[in-house]
Parts: sequence; structure tokens; C-alpha cells
Amino acid sequence: MAKIKLLSSKLLDITLSRLCQQLIENHIDFNDSVLLGMQPRGVFLASRIKERLSEMINVDVPVGSLDTTFYRDDFRRRDEPLSPNSTNVPFIIENKKVILVDDVLYTGRTVRAAISAMLAFGRPSKVELFVLVNRKYSRHLPIEPNYVGKSVNTIQSQRVVVEWIEQGFDEDNIWLFNQWQG
Amino acid sequence: MASLSVKHLLGIKNLEKSDLNLIFETADHFKQVINRPIKKVPSLRDMTIANVFFENSTRTRLSFELAEKRLSADVINFSSSSSSVKKGETLLDTVKNILSMKVDIIVMRHASPGAPHFLANNINAQVVNAGDGTHEHPTQALLDSYSIRQKLGDVGGKKIVIVGDISHSRVALSNIFALQKLGAEVKVCGPPTLIPKYITEIGVGYEPDIKKALNWCDVANVLRIQLERQKSANFPSLREYSMYYGVNKQLLDSLDKEIVIMHPGPINRGVELNSDVADSEHSIILDQVENGVAVRMAVLYLLAQN
Repeated sequence: MAKIKLLSSKLLDITLSRLCQQLIENHIDFNDSVLLGMQPRGVFLASRIKERLSEMINVDVPVGSLDTTFYRDDFRRRDEPLSPNSTNVPFIIENKKVILVDDVLYTGRTVRAAISAMLAFGRPSKVELFVLVNRKYSRHLPIEPNYVGKSVNTIQSQRVVVEWIEQGFDEDNIWLFNQWQG
Repeated sequence: MASLSVKHLLGIKNLEKSDLNLIFETADHFKQVINRPIKKVPSLRDMTIANVFFENSTRTRLSFELAEKRLSADVINFSSSSSSVKKGETLLDTVKNILSMKVDIIVMRHASPGAPHFLANNINAQVVNAGDGTHEHPTQALLDSYSIRQKLGDVGGKKIVIVGDISHSRVALSNIFALQKLGAEVKVCGPPTLIPKYITEIGVGYEPDIKKALNWCDVANVLRIQLERQKSANFPSLREYSMYYGVNKQLLDSLDKEIVIMHPGPINRGVELNSDVADSEHSIILDQVENGVAVRMAVLYLLAQN
């Protein structure tokens, strides 16, 4: 099975710095901004962003995690049952600028579910989408990211796999697999 | 991710231990949901659930209805006292009529043991038993075990005593099955006339002395004395029952240790449980009610997934 490395550990580090610069440009002092990582892997990315922002401009941005399981539109339509993760939103979302964080953007359905899940906590003043990998031309919904690490052209049979140190891997890597077999 | 081993929830007896744990883990998530500003998720928005109650109920029916609504299901309620059952319609006919209105899940309480099993064998919809006669009341047992797990961290290895009318209690039987599957040790306590003759054959101990029973246990689940069955002369008077088996503060203070008090409701204050215990820090009665909604959400969610 052929696999291509989309982002290595080093490149990922550089990409993250660039994206954080973009965040700083738009949010300046992060007074009303919060990070919301989407379970499971977006949560790792969100805490990386928080750390990086703290190193760069010494701000403490609140970070939460959001699980979309109960809001998905494919419940009872898929073969495999869905397993919920925990949601932890330790701040008030009302009137905040929310940066939704996920590793890979594909069909956009998870993001749609995440927006519904988030609205159960209040009405943010603005919502932005931050992704490491954007799989272009594969959207089922009109959803586009504001911050993109890397855009790739993929076909349906391919899979993007993100490995984080936090999950027990030796180093961070993002792979593109052809003909995914599970 | 696992799913339940059953299509219907008819009783605890035919569940696996893994089913119980899956329900508890899912309930943890729903407990988080019902403590949010918007206590609702859209998971079951395309389902219709009928609550069919052939016997009276306040708590269970409200709890189920709330669980269903918080999962965004459409809900219809039916109670036999105001229906065509009074005109002589059979159970199967009544339910088939409800089902032809395109209902996906039936939540049923019935006075006859086995009525939900009969239904499950004869209709296409999924069935949840909300109490069948003196047989089982699975969701009550699930929320009881869930509440013990929440209070004490784990059910396995704990000692639980069930006090009161065991013979007529579906809560007792379902609790026994659930607690044993989860690895707890169970004893029953009450006047011998209210204890089933063969209780020890299913691995349950019998302790006639309330003080000894309470001294032995970590948790006491005190059942309601069913006043409607008082005429059957299983004990001489309520006053006498209360004197010998009523749980009060004086009795708890005389124990060597602190125990947790549970009650499935409704309480007959001053009979099986005194107010000084029911409203004390020993009691987790109101936690049980809150957990009931989360556990029922988990059950419906997991069944819908199957």
C-alpha cells in the first residue's frame, strides 16, 4: 500500500508557526478568543496551538474540547456504531470568537455537526475554522477553512492519517494512503 | 466501538456485563449533556417513541419522556385508564394500532409479567420494559447501579442490601441481576412473609435483622412498602413494620460505619424510611432521579443504534 508523507514532524512545526502568526494577525491580543478542539485529534492540535501562542506572544488562550457524536447526521445510517468522547467547554462561549480546530477537513459533515454542538453552549460572535490538512474538491457541504496548513487534492479511495506523539507515536507525521484498507 | 447485545431491553437477566458498562459509559456523556445550557441533542430526531403505560407511574414515565425529548425524538403517551383498553381491546391490538402510526420504539409498563417479551416477539418495533408486574424493571436497576458507581466509584466488590417487600418487587429482582453481574454481593432484608422462598438459590443472602443487615452493607436500597398490598396480611400493621424494618437516624447512628441510602420512590415517609434519613447526607435518592434521565437516554440511544 503506497503512502506519501504530507507533513513531517519538522514541517509540521514550521506550518504551526505560520498558522499561529496568521491567528495573531486576526486576533491580536486574543481577548475574546477561545480555541475549541474537535474530538479526538483536533484536541491535540488545539493544545499545541495554545502552547505555541503562549511562547510567541505570551497569551493564555482558553481551550476546550468538543465531541460531535450526538450531533452527526449519519447516526443509524452507518454500519459501525459511533463511540462518544467527552466534551469539555470550561468557558462561556457567548459573544466569544471561537476558533474551531481539527486535523483534517474532508466532507465538512463533522464541522457541520461541531457547529451544532457548539451552539448548545451559547451564541459566539464569530466562528473560524482551523485545519492542518484540507482535502480539496471533496466537500459535501459549503464549508471552507480560514486557516489551512496544507491543501491536498485527493480522491475518495485515499485516506489522510494524522499521527500525534500524544497518541503514542514516536513523532508527529501526516500521511496520505492510497487505497485505504482500514 | 461496542454495541448492545440485545435488540430490546426486556430485562437485566438477558444482558451481558459489557452491556451494563456500555450503558453506564454512554450515560456519563448524557449526564454531561443534561447539565449544559441547552440540554438537548438531535440524535433521535427521526424516531417516534410511544410510552404505553397500562399501570400507573409518575417518575418512570416523566423520566422516559424527558430522556426521549432530550434526544429529540417525537413522543406519544398512552395510558390505559383513558383508552380503548377499557372497551376490551387486547394488548396486541392496542399496540399494533399504535405501531401503524409509524412508531419505532415502544416503552411499556404492564401489570402482567412477560408482557413486553410477548410484544417483542410479535411486533417489529423495539421494546423497552418500563416494569412488568412483579418481574423486572430494568431501567430502575440500571440507574440504581449507575448511582452506586457514581457514589462509590465501582459496583464490583460492594455489599448491597435490599430492604422491604422483595416478593412483590420488580425493582428488587432487576437490581439483584444487575448487581450480581457487576460483581457486587447482595443480601435481602425484610419480614419472612415478604421474602421469596427460593431467594438463596440465586446467590442472594437473607438477613432478617435490619441492624445486622445495615452493619454488613455499603449501600442499603430501601424499597417502598406497597400500601395497596397491605390487605394481603403479610405483616400485621404498618406501625409494626416501621418498628422492625423502618430505617431511621437513630438506627443509622447506632451502626459502626456510614452507609449509603437509596430508595426507588415514591417514599412512604415514616414507614420504610424516616424523613431524618431520606433528607440526610446519607441519601442519594435525588441523584437517582437525575441519573434516571441520563441512563434512559443512554438505553434509547444505544437501542436506536442497533
